[in-house]
Amino acid sequence: MDTTSTKEFPGLRLGVIGGVCLVLLSLIGMVHAFNQREIVSEVISMGQTLLLFTAAFVAYMAAVRTRPKAPGRILAAAVTAGVVMTALLALLVLIGQTVNMRQVFINASPALFNALLFYQENFGAGAALLLLAGAAVGFFTGLLHLMPALVRRALITGLCSLAVAGMLQDLIAPVLSAWGPFAPIGEWIFSGNGLSVSGALTLFILIAGGTAAWTAKGDTVRHKVIRMEAGPKRRLKLAALMAAALVLIVLPHALGLFLSEVLTIVGLYILLGLGLNIVVGFAGLLDLGYVAFFAIGSYTVAILTSPEIGRFTMTFWQALPFAIIFGVIAGVMLGVPVLKMRGDYLAIATLGFGEIIRILVLSDALRPWLGGAQGIGKIAKAQIGEMEFATPQEVYYLLLAGCILVGFISWRLRDSRLGRAWMAMREDEDVAQAMGINLVATKLLAFATGAGFSALSGAIFASKIGSVYPHSFNVMISINILCVIIVGGMGSMPGVVVGALALVGLPELLREFAEYRLLVYGAALVAMMLLRPEGLWPEATHQRELHDSTEPAATPAAGAAAAPPG
Amino acid sequence: MVKNLRERMSPTDIVMWSIGGILAILIVWGTASTIIKGTYSARHWIDFVIFGLAQGSIYALIAMGYTMVYGVLRMINFAHSEVFMSGPYTAYFFAAYFHRSGLLDSHPVISLVLVFLVSMATSVMIAVLLERIAYRPLRGAPRLVPLITAIGASFFLQYVFRGLYGSGFQAYPVISALEGQFTLGPIRVLKFQALVIVAAGLLMVALYQFTQRTRLGKALRSVSEDKEASALMGIDVDRMISMTFMIGGAAAGAAGVLYAIMFKQVHFFMGFIPGIKAFTAAVLGGIGNIPGAMLGGIFLGLVESVGPSLFLDGLGIVAPYQLKDAIAFTMLVLVLIFRPSGILGERLAVKKA
Repeated sequence: MDTTSTKEFPGLRLGVIGGVCLVLLSLIGMVHAFNQREIVSEVISMGQTLLLFTAAFVAYMAAVRTRPKAPGRILAAAVTAGVVMTALLALLVLIGQTVNMRQVFINASPALFNALLFYQENFGAGAALLLLAGAAVGFFTGLLHLMPALVRRALITGLCSLAVAGMLQDLIAPVLSAWGPFAPIGEWIFSGNGLSVSGALTLFILIAGGTAAWTAKGDTVRHKVIRMEAGPKRRLKLAALMAAALVLIVLPHALGLFLSEVLTIVGLYILLGLGLNIVVGFAGLLDLGYVAFFAIGSYTVAILTSPEIGRFTMTFWQALPFAIIFGVIAGVMLGVPVLKMRGDYLAIATLGFGEIIRILVLSDALRPWLGGAQGIGKIAKAQIGEMEFATPQEVYYLLLAGCILVGFISWRLRDSRLGRAWMAMREDEDVAQAMGINLVATKLLAFATGAGFSALSGAIFASKIGSVYPHSFNVMISINILCVIIVGGMGSMPGVVVGALALVGLPELLREFAEYRLLVYGAALVAMMLLRPEGLWPEATHQRELHDSTEPAATPAAGAAAAPPG
Repeated sequence: MVKNLRERMSPTDIVMWSIGGILAILIVWGTASTIIKGTYSARHWIDFVIFGLAQGSIYALIAMGYTMVYGVLRMINFAHSEVFMSGPYTAYFFAAYFHRSGLLDSHPVISLVLVFLVSMATSVMIAVLLERIAYRPLRGAPRLVPLITAIGASFFLQYVFRGLYGSGFQAYPVISALEGQFTLGPIRVLKFQALVIVAAGLLMVALYQFTQRTRLGKALRSVSEDKEASALMGIDVDRMISMTFMIGGAAAGAAGVLYAIMFKQVHFFMGFIPGIKAFTAAVLGGIGNIPGAMLGGIFLGLVESVGPSLFLDGLGIVAPYQLKDAIAFTMLVLVLIFRPSGILGERLAVKKA
């Protein structure tokens, strides 16, 4: 948008870019793979939805960037973008039907081309339909841009919710049908594959209406809550807390086995994330070898409890303190050498440490003690009296307890003298030292605390899985955890939960698209950093800093936040 | 004198130096006992060294990309390993086609040059797009932000190529002209290893001369020294940064084909390990320093291939070759602790991160 000329008609340029994106989406096989699933039964499949949303996004961008803002020009730009995009797609089909591209692009199958032509036998008819669809998408997005903000927001939210509901049908439909009173609703909204037409319409109207109402009236409700007197406000908070606790307790039974399993994985990442949050988020020490402590916790429990190694036969609860203690010791031991390093160098050194530990565990040299590549099996389950934590639904409570404990500790630590020292160190080491903070002790405490939490998580992981392998502890885990806390918002504890749900939970739910899981994940990380670098649920100070240091009017939202109210 | 030393050393320093000392003693001991045991003949050692040189020159070429980008943007370009992968993977289809049509056997030089050009062009394109789309909007953002972006871009590119070309291993065609070996007295060099060493060496010299002798190279160096001042001198900083990515991409693309010739296969995940190693090499040499990256790469290759047998075999460790990566990373950590500026680098030694 930073061109000097006031006249701009980006329809063609954006159309070409968007078209390349659509062709790429088709060639990497996403369209065909997603076509297996319908969003709205018999109407639109998920692959088509993917293309539709991409095309609509690009056409919308074309409309937004058009200068001057005459309605005719805006519509023309959006329609041009739409037609150019679909023209490129038609070109792909034409090329694909004349030459065999499959030797290079394995996904350029006849089935894909057939689907792109809306299952028309004749290329001409299919291409005409395709171009028409492009023009229609462009026209409607152009119209959308011209509508008042309230209507636009309601429509966009409604459509996106439909897409999400269709995507998560395997999650929503079984949960609804498992609950007596909700079962008929579920049956009505979802047909065999995808939403039913009537269900989709109802859902759309409900959500669009709800959004419109909240946009119009939401502020007054929020203000009412803020202005409430202390007494009722506290009672409201207490009630919300109780409700949350109740939901957390019944959650695994309401969700069933598979979703509980997903929840336990998310729980493990929350534990790990809370630990790394102390090291990276509070103390500002970028640690890429964090998985080492997770491995140490797991292996300590494995060695101490497993009969396969046979040197010790402890129960899980006897081994747990050792796991945490070894984690803390390892944290200090790995912390001492890197005390003087900062920033990137610290990241590289810790990455090196993490890899060294994994390679040592994997090697034959240490096999009699650590099991080598075969790992260690038959790890003891946690037991309280008669109850054994074996199934995901039971392990969930173990993790819930762990998360609450660790969350409480790190919440209290954050507001303590030590927490303030960490944050001072994060902002500026030299100034912090000048203020009398003992950098050595403060840094080592951060490493030790983080490592202890990680070891706890590792111990639970080992007992949950029942066996440990060196391959479970590669550098990708460290990077994943780092991404969890950054996506959630650095230094923010609710952010860790949000980040773990978004980065770990969502991909688990979309497992059938396993091939494209990491692709979407990578694209989401990039997009996130470009559009919202402070994270999904940022810490207050952090958000302020990020938006003061960059241009204050970079995005309309930031501009609105920076402007004084009233 | 002793008192003076004690005052200058903090307790952590003492711990560090004693760890370093123990490691040094272990290395000397291991080396001595390996040599006394005499499991390996001189012939073996020469083979190890040549393999290490070939491996190391590939690391060195990849490391150039890391080090140049770090020099200019102060960021670790995690996605560089995918830049490295994209080239040879795309060029594979050309190589396979040449192989089927017989061109690879009848005109090995022409077809190899074509394969190299395709690979380098692809890598350059990916590198430039990466910079344009993912990194350029983030100038001036806090340091962690581009790092995460790079990690995300790395995943994205890996799986885009997996989607495009498939998830299996593709066997690179065997080039009959590169079969066999040269013999020079006691030294024998496999022909493809010779090609790797010579080609990588020539490219490195060419790139180094480019940065030292040409006006463009001068502009590049000045941008990595000080962006604002360069802009004031009339240098188009954005263009120079693009240029850095282009050069790094070209080097990575060439390295990719050499890697494929050496290990005879391509795969969408092939960039990860060489990428981390090359990064280690860049740090070893002193990150931001181009000759340092070359030296670091070759040094790392040598230590990896000679080290396990030399240091560990004598200590009676089972299957020492499994620990070659551990040696590489231990060396990385030791360099970072005792000489964080790397072997050659001094510019960034006291740089605050």
